[in-house]
Amino acid sequence: MTLTPDDVARLARLARIDLTVEELTKLAPQLDVIIASNRLVSEVATADVTPTSHPLPLTNVFRSDEVVASLPVADALAMAPAAEEDRFRVPRILEEEQ
Amino acid sequence: MDELMDFAEVLERFDPVLGLEVHVELNTASKMFCGCATAFGAAPNTQTCPVCLGLPGTLPVLNGKAVESAIRIGLALNCEIASWCRFARKNYFYPDMTKDFQTSQYDEPIAYEGHVSVETGGVVYEVPIERAHMEEDAGKLVHVGGATGRIEGAEYSLLDYNRAGVPLIEIVTKPVFGTGDRAPEVAREYVADLRDMVRALGVSDVRMEQGSLRCDANVSLMPKGSDTLGTRTETKNLNSLRSIERALRYEIRRQGAVLAAGGRVTQETRHWNEAGGYTTSGRSKEQAEDYRYFPEPDLVPVAPSREWVAELRATLPEPPAERRRRLTTEWGFTEAEMRDVQGAGALDLVLATVVAGAPPAAARKWWVAELARRANETGTDLDGLPITPAQVAAVQALVDAGTVNDKLARQVIDGVLAGEGDPAAVVAARGLAVVSDDGALGVAVDAAIEANPDVADKIRAGKVQAAGALIGAVMRTMGGKADAAKVRELILTRLS
Repeated sequence: MTLTPDDVARLARLARIDLTVEELTKLAPQLDVIIASNRLVSEVATADVTPTSHPLPLTNVFRSDEVVASLPVADALAMAPAAEEDRFRVPRILEEEQ
Repeated sequence: MDELMDFAEVLERFDPVLGLEVHVELNTASKMFCGCATAFGAAPNTQTCPVCLGLPGTLPVLNGKAVESAIRIGLALNCEIASWCRFARKNYFYPDMTKDFQTSQYDEPIAYEGHVSVETGGVVYEVPIERAHMEEDAGKLVHVGGATGRIEGAEYSLLDYNRAGVPLIEIVTKPVFGTGDRAPEVAREYVADLRDMVRALGVSDVRMEQGSLRCDANVSLMPKGSDTLGTRTETKNLNSLRSIERALRYEIRRQGAVLAAGGRVTQETRHWNEAGGYTTSGRSKEQAEDYRYFPEPDLVPVAPSREWVAELRATLPEPPAERRRRLTTEWGFTEAEMRDVQGAGALDLVLATVVAGAPPAAARKWWVAELARRANETGTDLDGLPITPAQVAAVQALVDAGTVNDKLARQVIDGVLAGEGDPAAVVAARGLAVVSDDGALGVAVDAAIEANPDVADKIRAGKVQAAGALIGAVMRTMGGKADAAKVRELILTRLS
C-alpha cells in the first residue's frame, strides 16, 4: 500500500495542519518510506509476539487518592495567549453561519 | 417544527430499539491522573496542574481508587472484569481538552459483558451491558457573545479546566430490544436503577443536575416483523430522569413520522430542549469522526489480580432487586405501593426518611404523593427538591406530636421548599402550630354550636357523625389551625 497525497491531506486535516498541494505531493512519498521501514518490524514479529505498547514490563502503577496543591490560578493562566474572568479564552469555535 | 406521529400508531408499525450511554463522575478526592482536587463548584481554574493542563513533559499516574471504583461498578453490573487492559488516546480537537486527546479506554474496557434487570409496570426487562470503561472528564466551556450562551454565534469561549481529568466511568448498553411502548420508561428506570446502584456503591454523588450522572439516549425504529436495525439518533442534554423519558418519546414519534412519510432518519446527535419539549439536530455523523485511537504510551496496563476482584466483590451492597424485596417486607408495603415508590424514584429517599425516624407509610405518603407532585410541577427529579429526608421526617414528627395537622404540614413543606429553614423554624416563623389549648378552642366550639342549633340537636340525639359539620365550622374560625381530635372531643363533651 502506498500513501497518496489524498491520504496525507486527510491526515493533515485531522491533525489541523495546513499543507499546500506542493507540500502534500512532496510529503506523501517521504512518509511512505517511513511506513515501509516500519513494516519491516511486522515481518520479523511473528504471531506469538505481542505488540509492545510500553517499554517497561510493569502493570498496576497507581497513586493513592490524595489531593495535592494545584497551581495558583495566575500561574495556570500565565501561559494562556488570552484569559478572561480567570478562564482561558479561545477563539470562536463554530464558523459564522453562511 | 418536526412532524410527529401518534405514539400508539408508531408502536403499531415499529419496534423501538434503545441504546444508552451513561457517564458517571466518580467521587474520588483527586483527579484520575494527578492530585488536583475534584470538588464541584470551585472557583474557575483553581483545581489544575501541569498534568491536567496537558503541559509538555508531564506524566499521568493513575488513581488507584478510581480503578477500584470502576471494578466495583463493573461487578455490580454483572460484568466480566478484564484481567489486563490499557488506556487509549482518543484524539480530537476541541478546547475542552488541552492535550487534544482524551485519555480513555478503547477496545480493552475494564469491564464488559454484563446485564441488569429493570422493572417497570410489573414487567422485568433485561438490559444487556456492553462495557464499562474508565476515562477522564473534559473542561467546561462558557460561550460569550451571541444569543444566550449558545455556541452558535458566539464571539469567543472561556474555559475552566477544573473538571478536566476528573475520573469518569462510561457505561454502554448493547441494543435493547423488545421494550415496545415501554421503551421510554425502561430507559428512565434503567438510569434510575443505575443511579441507585452507584449511590449504594458510594462511588459517585450521581447528581444529574450537577452533571455527575449524564445520559445519552440512542433510539431507532425497526419495522414490525423485520430484524434489520433502523438508523439511530443519539439525544444529548438529558438533565433529569424525566427528560430521558420525554426525549425518547419525542424521538420515537419524530422518527415514526419521518419513516411513515417514506423518508430516512439521519444518523445524528440531537439536543433535547427541556423547556420546549423537543429535540433539535446537532452535528451530523455522516462524516464519521476519526479519533485515531492508539494505546496510551504514558500509562502502564491495568491488570487487576483475581484476588483483588474477589475482595472487591465481597464489598458489593445488596443488589437493587433483592433490596426492594427486603424493604417491601420490612416496611409492610404492598407490591403496588412499592412500585409507586420505585416509579417516583423515591426508594432511597423513603429509606433515608425512615432511618431519620418516620414511620414507613408516612415517609411513603410524603414522597410519593405530596413531593412527587411538586417535583413534577417544577420539572425536577424528586431528589433535586430542596428538602432532605431528615426534614421530611421532622415534618412527620410534628404531625405525630399533634403540633401540626396534615393541612398545616403541607404549608410547612412549602416553607422548607421556599428555603425558610427546617420544619420547626417554618412552624415558628409562619405561626403554623395547631391550637389545642382548651380555652381558645372552647370559645370557637361554643360559637359553632350556637350558630348551628339543628346540627347540635342531631348530635344530642346521638347522631355522632354529624359532629363533622361543627368541626368544619371550628376549623374555618381557627384558619385551619385547630387540633381536629381535640375539637371533636370538646364538641362531644358539650353535647352529650
